[in-house]
Amino acid sequence: MKQAIKIGLIGGVVEILLSLIGMVEAFSQRDIIAHVISMGHTLLIIVALFMGYLAAKRTPGKGSLWVLANSFLSGLIVGGLVSLLVIVGSLIDLRKVFVNAMPVLYELLTFKQGTQIGVFLLLGAGALSGVLAGLFFLSPKLLRRVLLISLGSVVGAGVLQDLLRPTFSLWGPLAIINEWLFTANGLTIQGAIGLFVLIAALLLFWSRKGSVIQTGFRQLPPAPQRILKMSGILILVFILLILPQVLGLFLSEVFTIVGLYVLLGLGLNIVVGYAGLLDLGYVAFFAIGSYTTAVLTSPELGFFSLSFWEALPFVIVMGVFSGVLLGTPVLKMRGDYLAIATLGFGEIIRILVLSDFLRPWLGGAQGIGKIPKASIAGFEFAGPQQIYYLILAGCLLVIFISLRLRDSRLGRAWMAMREDEDVAQAMGINLVATKLLAFATGAGFSALSGAIFATKLSSVYPHSFNVMISINIVCVIIVGGMGSIPGVIVGAAALVGLPELLREFAEYRLFVYGAALVAMMLLRPEGLWPEAVHRREFHEEEEKEAESKSSLELKSG
Amino acid sequence: MWGEKNKIFMLKRWIERITPTDVVMWFIGGAILLLIFWGSTATLTAKTYTVYHWFDFIIFGLAQGSIYALIAMGYTMVYGILRMINFAHSEVFMSGPYTAYYVAAAFYSSGFLDQYPIFSLIMIFLVSMATSTLIAVLLERIAYRPLRTAPRLIPLITAIGASFFLQYTFRGFYGSGFQAYPVVKILEGEWALGEFRILKFQAVVIVAAAILMAALYTFVQRTRLGKAIRAVSEDKETSSLMGIDIDRMIVTTFVIGGMSAGAAGVLYALMFKQVHFFMGFIPGIKAFTAAVLGGIGNIPGAMLGGIFLGLVESVGPSLFLDGLGIVAPYQLKDAIAFIMLVLVLIFRPTGILGERLVVKKA
Repeated sequence: MKQAIKIGLIGGVVEILLSLIGMVEAFSQRDIIAHVISMGHTLLIIVALFMGYLAAKRTPGKGSLWVLANSFLSGLIVGGLVSLLVIVGSLIDLRKVFVNAMPVLYELLTFKQGTQIGVFLLLGAGALSGVLAGLFFLSPKLLRRVLLISLGSVVGAGVLQDLLRPTFSLWGPLAIINEWLFTANGLTIQGAIGLFVLIAALLLFWSRKGSVIQTGFRQLPPAPQRILKMSGILILVFILLILPQVLGLFLSEVFTIVGLYVLLGLGLNIVVGYAGLLDLGYVAFFAIGSYTTAVLTSPELGFFSLSFWEALPFVIVMGVFSGVLLGTPVLKMRGDYLAIATLGFGEIIRILVLSDFLRPWLGGAQGIGKIPKASIAGFEFAGPQQIYYLILAGCLLVIFISLRLRDSRLGRAWMAMREDEDVAQAMGINLVATKLLAFATGAGFSALSGAIFATKLSSVYPHSFNVMISINIVCVIIVGGMGSIPGVIVGAAALVGLPELLREFAEYRLFVYGAALVAMMLLRPEGLWPEAVHRREFHEEEEKEAESKSSLELKSG
Repeated sequence: MWGEKNKIFMLKRWIERITPTDVVMWFIGGAILLLIFWGSTATLTAKTYTVYHWFDFIIFGLAQGSIYALIAMGYTMVYGILRMINFAHSEVFMSGPYTAYYVAAAFYSSGFLDQYPIFSLIMIFLVSMATSTLIAVLLERIAYRPLRTAPRLIPLITAIGASFFLQYTFRGFYGSGFQAYPVVKILEGEWALGEFRILKFQAVVIVAAAILMAALYTFVQRTRLGKAIRAVSEDKETSSLMGIDIDRMIVTTFVIGGMSAGAAGVLYALMFKQVHFFMGFIPGIKAFTAAVLGGIGNIPGAMLGGIFLGLVESVGPSLFLDGLGIVAPYQLKDAIAFIMLVLVLIFRPTGILGERLVVKKA
């Protein structure tokens, strides 16, 4: 009971927060299902449902009536707090302080029914969501999964509609589906129901037949199994190759940005993930790579005008060299001292590039323009749809090097150093060389990424290289899973790709990003796709507990 | 006789221990120091600046430095007790003065601010400190407490996430524009100090920060609660065996950090006369640098580091770079600050006052 009240209060505060920062209002301009439900309302309902579910889950004893009562109560409290906001807002003008407390917000919250009726509606809606969440909690597991995923994909389709619509319209035959599924604003009713039914049916089918197919695959003799696997990889490669032609300009652009972050992330993964050196100034090498490319290729400055490919070796060498140069002073620092010193380096590079002092050589605040595009045998990497291939090749190369390094003697030395510097040194690992090699390799990857970045934009500006980039890359690595190569890709897709896709909600992008980072670290600290070693480390205690429990059971049994 | 021998022996051991990287680092450090020395002499002999200019630079540096020092207290205390970089502390710093702005604006438009300036200022300070404290405590409860035992990069990412979250929450609340802080009339103008003139608000900022720092220092060093906090940062398990409530001490630390950040925020707003949802970022990074410079976890170190950083930033560009003939040296002030940081860390890898013996494993 107490728990339910507490959860309800938290939910209410969250909803008030979402309303006051203007998220509800901004989201309600977009419908999930046309004329039925807007994104703003969906957001509020999801919060209420989640709180109801939590209240149900936390109910002691799990008698189904109690569960329902608790979820009802928490939903009611959520509704109650929001209606409190409406009442306070109708009495006092909150707009003097909270810019988003506009009349439109209250209209939305009360479903345009005026304060008095609206408050009752709100309470009812809250309680209803609570009860629904409770019922959901009580329903069997399969039903829960099917409901969750199908509803989720309907909401997802609604949120991403601006992306799906133009993509579908690129392919002739799919245009009909497009028309059937979407209106100008939101899904059609039949589209939403159809999508829901389709996904649910697929899930049910998989839950029936999935295990049969899987065991069938495993029972195949090794030769056909290998052929199937190889063809799977071939299909993947084929998909990767045709992706930009299929997806159109905007999505290709998103892919190139994600790809750049994958490159950067893989480089930093060597420094942070393998060698355990927390580098918060990684953007410095990215900047050095970009600026070296710019200085060597751009005719604007008039020093050199090499082509991209002629400049590339110099860029990489410059990156490696700067990695050693900036790595040397920080060799003796550990942990947070290292972090802040590298952060300082990142800022020093940016400030130097920005200053008027170095302007004749590096262009100052105006940056350097007219960087030529790369081209191979007449194929010019001009737009995002072409640059994509350049980045894909870079990523594949870097992934290959990372994999080889990880399993090499050097890679093992890095990991030994990550676990314990002193012990590693006692084992005969040359710390200085190992650390510098980590910095140099990471810096080399970053410089490569910087070179591609420079030719992609055709120009470089000091403002592209601020601290936030370094911090973002660290987040990509940790969220993906430290030291894990697929983790970096997943992390970049989640932290860079998703926010790019949701550009239309730009104002709330970083709000959601921050909340997601916190939630992620609280719920799944090992990352989205962790290395096996790390996963074990994070769940060591749970396993021990489980073990001791089972051994107790054995003893008592 | 014996002492002499021992000294020679020690010297021998020391020479044996020197590695090539040490030599390289001394070389880098020496080169930077030489450059600084050369630049300074060139500037001073060129006499582009009078004594009054230098006085102004120093006072501005002190004012800015004492604000950094106040913020750095929060970083350093949290680090001392939790061993984590509280990246969201810059948002704790921002939330206070931004919220207090609405109080200040209300006072100003009703004329109350001009009638009772002292009382109004106190109210503004209280509101700001209360808000910052509230945010700091919520932060600890929601974002950091569940992660006490997690590996150290995890709370760092949480803190970064919380920082974004808070920034954009306040942007959503109060809008994305700059808000001009109302002018407090009694803080306008100058005081004459013999031949020198000192801007009133800068003097007030320095004095107020000094009082606050002294109060905080006494609190941590002398009171029972302060002792308990220090005990917890020394050794959590032992102090909990001694009957100290660890959770309460950690919350108290966040309260103190929040209060000093809130106060620093109002001082900052009085000095630069505007607030914005992103205003915490730069001072936050600087204060963090200051905390590291002084030896993170060390309270007098944070004060020293803050003031040192403020002074270097304000005096450094003109003193070191002007003589070298570098254009627009003021643009490079942050670079100088960070180079100073790296220089200090090369020679003392654990900060100015950081303990050398206890190299905490990161």
